Amino acid sequence: MLKLTINDKEIEVPRGTMLLDACQQAGADIPTFCYDPDLKLAGSCRMCVVEVQGRRNLQASCVTPCENNMIVDTESANVVEARKIILELLLARHKLNCMVCEKVGACKLQEYCYRYDVKESRFAGEAAHFTREDPNPFIERDYDKCIMCTRCVRACEGITGAQAINVKDRGHHAKISTIFDGKLADSSCVFCGQCIMVCPVGALTSKVSMGKGRPFEYEKVLTTCTYCGTGCMLELNVKDDTVVGVTSNRDAQLSPVNKGALCVKGRFGWDFIHYKDRLTTPLIRENGQLREASWDEALDYAANRLNAVKAQHGPDSIALFSSARVTNEENYLAQKMARVAIGTNNVDHCARL
Amino acid sequence: MAEEQRVLLKYADQIDPKIAEDYIKVGGYKGLEKARSMDRKALIEEVKKSGLRGRGGAGFNAGMKWSFVPILDEDRYVVCNFDEGEPGTYKDRIICEKNAQALLEGMAICGAAIASNHGYIYCRGEYPFVVETLKEGIQSAKASGALGDFNIEVRMGAGAYVCGEETALIESIEGHRGEPRFKPPFPGVAGLWAHPTVVNNVETFACLPYILTNGAEWFAGIGAAKYPGTKVLTLTGDVVNATYFEVPTDYNLRDVIYKLGGGVKGGKKLKAVQVGGTSGAFIPEQNLDTPIDFDSMSAIGASLGSGAVFVMDETRDIVDIVTRISKFFEHESCGKCNPCREGTWRCREIMEKINAGKAGQKDIDNLMILSRVMKNAALCGLGQAAPIPIDSTLQHFAYEYSCKLN
Repeated sequence: MLKLTINDKEIEVPRGTMLLDACQQAGADIPTFCYDPDLKLAGSCRMCVVEVQGRRNLQASCVTPCENNMIVDTESANVVEARKIILELLLARHKLNCMVCEKVGACKLQEYCYRYDVKESRFAGEAAHFTREDPNPFIERDYDKCIMCTRCVRACEGITGAQAINVKDRGHHAKISTIFDGKLADSSCVFCGQCIMVCPVGALTSKVSMGKGRPFEYEKVLTTCTYCGTGCMLELNVKDDTVVGVTSNRDAQLSPVNKGALCVKGRFGWDFIHYKDRLTTPLIRENGQLREASWDEALDYAANRLNAVKAQHGPDSIALFSSARVTNEENYLAQKMARVAIGTNNVDHCARL
Repeated sequence: MAEEQRVLLKYADQIDPKIAEDYIKVGGYKGLEKARSMDRKALIEEVKKSGLRGRGGAGFNAGMKWSFVPILDEDRYVVCNFDEGEPGTYKDRIICEKNAQALLEGMAICGAAIASNHGYIYCRGEYPFVVETLKEGIQSAKASGALGDFNIEVRMGAGAYVCGEETALIESIEGHRGEPRFKPPFPGVAGLWAHPTVVNNVETFACLPYILTNGAEWFAGIGAAKYPGTKVLTLTGDVVNATYFEVPTDYNLRDVIYKLGGGVKGGKKLKAVQVGGTSGAFIPEQNLDTPIDFDSMSAIGASLGSGAVFVMDETRDIVDIVTRISKFFEHESCGKCNPCREGTWRCREIMEKINAGKAGQKDIDNLMILSRVMKNAALCGLGQAAPIPIDSTLQHFAYEYSCKLN
């Protein structure tokens, strides 16, 4: 075990612990942009710098391994100055339209500017202009708000494995880009939206949710995705009893199957919920016409017809075809109904096709 | 006229760097022979004892660096940093053009010390003609049998200054964007393809054959006690003899400029000297009696760096020069970390404002706080060193700034 003194508090951590974890363990709240526990370390935003006694420079705590007898100050004058200046530098390039930003209230840049009382940037010179049209239906890319933390790049590679985006160009011209700076649709992007999930600011947002509600306006309801049997957990963003979006929860306890990762259907394919053509009651076909029915009536009707067909033609005259959009458990029950209640092995499933 | 002391460049223009036999005739590859006859650890001790410190700019003890390399069951690499991107620096090119075989021998000596037989030379993208020399030199050394089983491959950069930073250089060899890695882990433990790697400068490697041949004590006895040996300097700017010199490291700046360099051009007075390349501090006339060795330079807030000596005469506009330098860093920042990517950009903006006579004291204050944060918080040496020319000129040439303020 290593002994450290962090903000006058003595703590012990196992060898190999990073300073950021040790600081958090000592109760210090360290601001971070590029750090993400699920992604490859970058050590590039420099917001997590702390002062380690005897070191010439400030140390980025997310990539500094703990050493025995380190004496650390997480909010020294030098540290606060560095964080303030970094925030001001980022503000100077950031498109400040917080009043209409989808991320307002959940934006890390906003949070830290508030925390360090950064009202404006002393470096207000030329601003960056990176925004470009990307005519895909899902991901809004407003790179004038990008702070170059590269979490999207690392999530695309590390979580999804798509490697659709990377950094292009150098210095302050550096930006997130697809291959040859083309459209997302022409890249290896699968529109899973993991980039939106990890973006700490409003640079990457969902086009499907745009204008429908901001994080502080909706309630997040944890539920299981209905698109397939994998059982990914997602959060319905509910505002005034209406679903206005889908986000995901990265807590492995709450989201054990997917840890926040979703596919394009789960993250963006929720607009059917309130769609006007959606079926909301069962329909029974009579004389070639469909009419609305209650669930009891429809289920009785189906049971009677199944029994009648079975009595007349035998159980193997019936086949059951189930859907990949229900859970594994429901699919299990469906085959059991076919085999036990109806008595046939004629069972199949659309995911097999 | 003061004398140079030539060790690395002793046979310059007398031998062909492409031909191993030429080099062997003047005593070449004896050092490697000796190194290979020694125990690996004794060899590292010998290099440590010589006091040889990195000639690329950081001045780290070479033997010490090698001693950090763990010898486990995996490949290890010897990498030569020949990116030489500091403006005004061309000493590594001169060493390769005059005595490339010494570099190859030095790399093989390092290979013997860390039990590696893979070497890479990362050559500056603007030096395609030197690549040819190196390739032919390697071929000749291999054919002569002098290198034994030590193989050397030459890789070319593509014009990024930051690739002179050892971890960015490694990223570039691996085929990635030239961006520095965070340290630790240091390359000695996890470098090229995550294997233990020694990265040394051309000049550092080229010293090794002479250390092995003549003994560590001989080398330790040359020049400054704590930074022994000779140093190849490249003299540029307003100086009569704008060329290269090899001098012992206790030589002072005044002698470099006035004796070897023949003084300031046109009989003008000297205003400032910048040592170590573009990221070096500006040294005023009163500090010229400082020896060029690493520690003496550090003591006056400067750095020997790559050994470039850029002379500015009394007519030069310091603010204008620093503005140009700030443009260089804005262009060369890789964009990975916030303090450097955004900071070099804003430094350039403020410097241009000052240079155009449109700035006030507030801008100077902003520049100073920005420079402090860049030094404290940037990820790599580029961002940390970029504000040094600004700081050192604000310190020594404040008057020139105040003349341009409104």
